[in-house]
Amino acid sequence: MDTQITLRVDGADRPLTVDTRTSLLDAMRERLGATSAKKGCDHGQCGACTVLLDGRRVNSCLVLAVTAEGQEVTTSDGLAADGPHRLHETFVDHDAYQCGYCTPGQITSAAGVLAEAAQGWPSAVTEDLVADRTDLTDAEIRERMSGNLCRCAAYANIVPAVAQVAVEQGVRA
Amino acid sequence: MREFRYEKAIDPAGAVALLTGEPEGAYLGGGTNLVDLMRLGVATPDVLVDVRQLTSTEVEDLPDGGLRIGAAVPNADLAAEPRVRERYPLLAQALLAGASGQLRNRATTGGNLLQRTRCTYFTDTTMPCNKRDAGSGCGAVEGLHRNLAVLGATHEGPTSPHTCIATHPSDMVVALRALDASVRVLGADGERTVPIAELHRLPGDDPARDTTLAHGELITAIDVPALPWATRSRYRKVRDRASYAFALVSVAAALDLDGSTVRDVRIALGGVAHKPWRATVAEDALRGGPATEAAFAAAAEAELAAAAPLADNAFKVPMATNMITRTLVQLAEARA
Amino acid sequence: MTATTERAVGSDVRRIDGPAKVRGLAPYAYEHEVDGSAVFVALVQSTVAKGRITSIDVSAAQAVPGVLAVLTHEDAPRLGDVAEELLVLQSDRVQYAGQPVAVVVAETSEVARDAVGRVVVRYDAQRPDVDLRADRDDLYPPEKLMGGFETDSVIGDVDAALAAAPVSVDVTYETPNEHNNPIEMHATVARWDGDVLRMWDANQGPHNLVPVITEAFGITADQLHITSPYVGGAFGSKAFTHVHQLIAGMAAKVTGRTVKVELTRQQMFSLVGHRTPTIQRLRLGALPDGTMTAISHEVVEHTSQNAEFAEQTATATRLMYAAPARRTTHRLAKLDVPAPTIMRAPGEAPGMYALESAVDELAEALGMDPVELRLRNEPERDPERDVPWSTRNLVACLRQGAERFGWADRDPRPGVRADGRWLVGTGVAASTYPTRRRPSQARIEAVPGKPFVVSIDASDIGTGAWTALTQIAADALGVPMDDVDLRIGDSRLPKASGAGGSTGITSWGPAIIAAAQELRDREVPPGGLTVTGSSGPGDEAEQYSSHAFGAHFAEVRVDRDSGEVRVPRMTAVFAAGRIINPTTARSQFLGGMTMGLSMALHEEAVLDATHGHYANHDLAEYHVATNADVGEVDISWVDEVDELHNPLGAKGIGEVGIVGSAAAIGNAYAHATGRRVRDLPLTPDKFFR
Repeated sequence: MDTQITLRVDGADRPLTVDTRTSLLDAMRERLGATSAKKGCDHGQCGACTVLLDGRRVNSCLVLAVTAEGQEVTTSDGLAADGPHRLHETFVDHDAYQCGYCTPGQITSAAGVLAEAAQGWPSAVTEDLVADRTDLTDAEIRERMSGNLCRCAAYANIVPAVAQVAVEQGVRA
Repeated sequence: MREFRYEKAIDPAGAVALLTGEPEGAYLGGGTNLVDLMRLGVATPDVLVDVRQLTSTEVEDLPDGGLRIGAAVPNADLAAEPRVRERYPLLAQALLAGASGQLRNRATTGGNLLQRTRCTYFTDTTMPCNKRDAGSGCGAVEGLHRNLAVLGATHEGPTSPHTCIATHPSDMVVALRALDASVRVLGADGERTVPIAELHRLPGDDPARDTTLAHGELITAIDVPALPWATRSRYRKVRDRASYAFALVSVAAALDLDGSTVRDVRIALGGVAHKPWRATVAEDALRGGPATEAAFAAAAEAELAAAAPLADNAFKVPMATNMITRTLVQLAEARA
Repeated sequence: MTATTERAVGSDVRRIDGPAKVRGLAPYAYEHEVDGSAVFVALVQSTVAKGRITSIDVSAAQAVPGVLAVLTHEDAPRLGDVAEELLVLQSDRVQYAGQPVAVVVAETSEVARDAVGRVVVRYDAQRPDVDLRADRDDLYPPEKLMGGFETDSVIGDVDAALAAAPVSVDVTYETPNEHNNPIEMHATVARWDGDVLRMWDANQGPHNLVPVITEAFGITADQLHITSPYVGGAFGSKAFTHVHQLIAGMAAKVTGRTVKVELTRQQMFSLVGHRTPTIQRLRLGALPDGTMTAISHEVVEHTSQNAEFAEQTATATRLMYAAPARRTTHRLAKLDVPAPTIMRAPGEAPGMYALESAVDELAEALGMDPVELRLRNEPERDPERDVPWSTRNLVACLRQGAERFGWADRDPRPGVRADGRWLVGTGVAASTYPTRRRPSQARIEAVPGKPFVVSIDASDIGTGAWTALTQIAADALGVPMDDVDLRIGDSRLPKASGAGGSTGITSWGPAIIAAAQELRDREVPPGGLTVTGSSGPGDEAEQYSSHAFGAHFAEVRVDRDSGEVRVPRMTAVFAAGRIINPTTARSQFLGGMTMGLSMALHEEAVLDATHGHYANHDLAEYHVATNADVGEVDISWVDEVDELHNPLGAKGIGEVGIVGSAAAIGNAYAHATGRRVRDLPLTPDKFFR
C-alpha cells in the first residue's frame, strides 16, 4: 500500500513514496539512493544497518519507514556532516575493518555506545549495576559492540578505535 | 510480506477499538520481532495499529514500593532505570543479557512479553510447525532441537497436531516471573490485570497459542510488586556465544537469608520451556532449610526431575541444575 | 619519473579506501544504479530436497500489481553448456532444498517478495539422503582433489609401521558444515545494453565469472562487462559463479530492465556453497623419543548430486611432519545437498584441525611437550614430494610463539588448573598454507604530469589489495603512492587471477612490477605511453615446496558449571614471506585467527535429516563470533623473504591465520577440562556428555 512520507536523513528532508511494508533501510537504499547503512541480514541479526534514530542506535531493517516520519535518521555518512567524526578517524587509524561493509553500522553503533555510556547506562558485563558513571573498559566495549557482526573479524581493532574516542569523551579512564 | 494498512490511534482505547474490529490485525510496538516475522511470512497481519506512542513510556513508583512500567518503555531505558538497578538487579541484568544494544533501544517492555519462539521450524514457513500452522506437525522433535524445551513440552511424535517443544525466548520475562509481576491489559470490555504466571501458557493441546490474551487486548503496563530482598538477586544466562544469542538456559533468582537459613527464595528458568518456568518445587524445598550448596543442588535436581528431554537437548537438565545451584551459592555469598 | 628514497612496501600505510568505507560511501554491488530505474528480483525456492516439479501455477503471482515477469523452468531463457549445478530454471528436477524453481521480477522489492509467496509449486518428492557417515557403503574416491592434488598418497607400509609403533594414537575428528557468510549478501545488478550484458556484482575477481557467464548467455567476452570495485567480504563464497548471477542475466533479458538480485541471508545457506563436513581418522605412530614412524590421515566428506567438489582436506598432512610411512586418502559421499564450495583455507582449515589435534594427543600419550614433539619431527625436505623447501620457518614460529605466550612454565597435566569456577588450559598448534602464483596481467598508462594509471582486474574483498598494490606500484615506478591511480575490479581491465588461495599479492604484484619495468627504461612522450606486463608460475613450483607456516597458542577457560568456553588470549607467529603492509597484514592474520576461533567455538550448519535443509539458516542461529568472544590477540611474524616465487619475496597471508587456530583452541580445551571433544564446535552442551 503506497503512501507519501517525508524522511529526515542525515539532516535533509527527503519526501518519497513508500509501501507500508518498506523498511527504513530499504527506503534509504532502494528509494533514496542513500546507501551508507548496509543490509547484512534484514532481520536484526547482524547490525550492518545500524543508524541513529533521534540519536539512539537501532537496526533500520526492523523499522518500518512509515513509523520513522518526523524522526532524525543519522547514518555514518551523516556523522561526517562537519568533517570526519573522530570515530571515522580512529577506525582508519586502527585498521578497524577490512571489507568495510559492516563498518558504517559499527561506527553508528559506536556513536550510540558512547552516548549511552555518557548517560551512565550499564551493560551485561557491568559489575556495579548502581554505579552512576560508566567506564568503557575493553570488556565493556566488546559487550556493547556485540550487536555488530564483523565477518572479517576486525573486533580486536574495533575495540581500541572505540576506546580512543571514549577516552577523549571522558567515558573511559 | 503481505500488504497491510498502517493505522495510528489517538489513545489506547482507540487502538483497542480499532484492532478488535480487525481479526487479522496486529499491534505494532518496537517491531523488532513482529517485522522480522512478517518478513519471514510467519506473521501476516492485514492491519498494523501502531501503539508505540500510545502507552506510557514512564516508570512510576507504586505505593507499596514497587514499580509500574509503561508498556512502551524501551528495554534499554528500563535496564538503565536507577530504581530498577537498585531494587531489582535480576531484572536489569535480564534485560541487559537480551539481544543487542540496538534491539534493546527499539524493543518495548510490552512487546518483549509477547516475543515468539525462535524455534527454526516456527520461523521457516516451508516446515511443519503446529504453532505456526496448526495441525501440520512438528519438525523439531526429529530435527534441530538442541535449544528447545525440556520442561512442560508436548511430545506426541512429529505428526501429532499437539506436539510442540518451543521455548519462550525472552530474558526479561524470566526475571518478571521470579518477581511475580502482573500485566495490565486493556480490552474491549475494559481493563484487567493478569498475573504473569497466567499470561504465558504451556503448549498443551493448543501450541498455536503463546499467551492467554484475547485478540485486541493491549498490554498497557507491567506492575512489579515490592520485594525488598530482591536486592540480593541475579540473572545468569548461558548461551552459545559470549553475547547476542538466545539462552540455552537462564536462571533468575533472589534469595532472602536469615543467618544461614533460607527465609525465602525466588527461582525462575529461561530457555527450558514454552513459558518462563517458575521453579516452585525447588523454592518449596529450600524455604526454611539451610543455605548450603548441597541443599541448593538437591532442590535444583528435584525441580528438574520433571524434565523430559530429547536426545540433543538433554544437556539442559544438568546445565539448569548447575546454574540454579551456582546462582544460589553466589547469592548466598554476596552481600545483600 | 620522480625519484623517491622511501619505500612504500613494508610501510604501515593506512587503507586508501578507508575514508570512503567508514562513511559508507564506497559503492558495493547493490549500491550501483540507484537512480530509481532498477527493478527487483525475488526467488521461489524448492521446499523439497529431491524430486521433480509436477506443476507450477504463477497466475496469482503474475496478477500482483507491479509484477513484471515470473520465470520458471518452463519458460525461462535457455542457458548454454554450463556446469550442472548452475543450470537454474532449466528443468523440472530438484536436487537440493532451496533450489530456485521460479523467479519473480517486480517494480519494487516489497512486491517481488510478496509475489514469491503466491507461486504454487507441486512436487513429486523423495526423501533426501543428507547423512554423512564413515561407514556408508557408497563412499567413492574422486578422480582428483580440488587444486589438482592426487586423491590418495601412500609411502611405505603404513599399517605395519602403525602396528609396530611403541606409542600410537588412533582418533577420529569431525568438522561440521560451515558457511562463509560474508556480511555483504551476494548481490548482482544486471542490464542488457543491446547485446552487451552489463553487471555490477559481488565477487572475488570479475574475470573468474567471464567464462561461465559468456557460455551461459552465448556471448563473447567483449559482450560482458562486470564491475566490482568493492566487495563486502567473501571468504570463498564469491569466488565462483552461482545461480543468482545467471538469474540476474535472465531476468534482465526477459524484462529489458536493469534488475537487482540480492540473496537473502537465508538463501545464502543453500545457493552460494558451504564448507563440506568432514570425518577424519588420524593414526600416528611414534618411538618413545617422539620420532614419528607413521602418519595416516583418512578423510570422508560430502559432495552434492549436481557437482563433484572434492576438498583437499589431508594435503597439508603430506608435508607437515617427517615419518617414513605415510598415507592420506579422501572419499566422498554424494548427498542430496547443495554444492559445496571453497571457504577460507578449504582443506587446510579442517584438515589441520584434525592433524594438529591428533599430534597433541600423541604428545600426551608420549608424555612429551607438544611444541617439542613438533620440533622433533621437522622434515628437512618435503617428505612426500622429496624436493627442498623454498623457505620453511615453522621452528622459528614455534619457538618465538612459545616465548611470547609464556609456554615454558606450562604444567602439562590436563584438567588441574582453575580460576574460580573456570577451568583453565593452554594449547598449541601449527599452521601451513601453500604459496603459489597465478597468471596475471597489468597495464600502466603514463602521461607526463599526471598520476600513473595502473590497471589490473584484481579484487579487494577486504584483503587490503587496493592499498598493497598501490604500494607495490609506487615502489616499482619509483614514485610516491599519490602518483599511482590504481584501477581494479573490472572485467575490462587486464585479466588477472581472482582473490583466493592466498594468491592475490603473489600473482598481481609481479604483473604490476613487470609492467613498471617496461616503463623504467623508456622516455614518456608528451602524448603518454601505455605498457603492459604479465606474470605467472614458473619451474620453481615443481622444483621447490613452498608454503607459509605459523604457530598458534591459545588460552581457554571453560566454566565448570555451564560448559561455556572463553578464549581470553591468543598468540600467533607467522612465517609468510615479505610483509607488504604490516597494518593490513596484521588484520588479515587477525581475521583468520578469529574465524578459526569462531570455527572452534560456534559454527555449525545443521542439515535436517528429514527435509534436507539447513535448519539454522540465519545469523541468529548460525553463530559466528561476536566482539565479546574475542580477547587479547598477539600477532607477529618472523623476518622472511622468499624470492623463489615472486620478486616481492611474499607469500600469501589470507588463509594461514585460520589454519591451526581451531586446533590450538581445541587442545587448550582438552588441557583445561581433561576431556577431548573431537567434533567441532565446542558448544556448551558438549561439556555435559
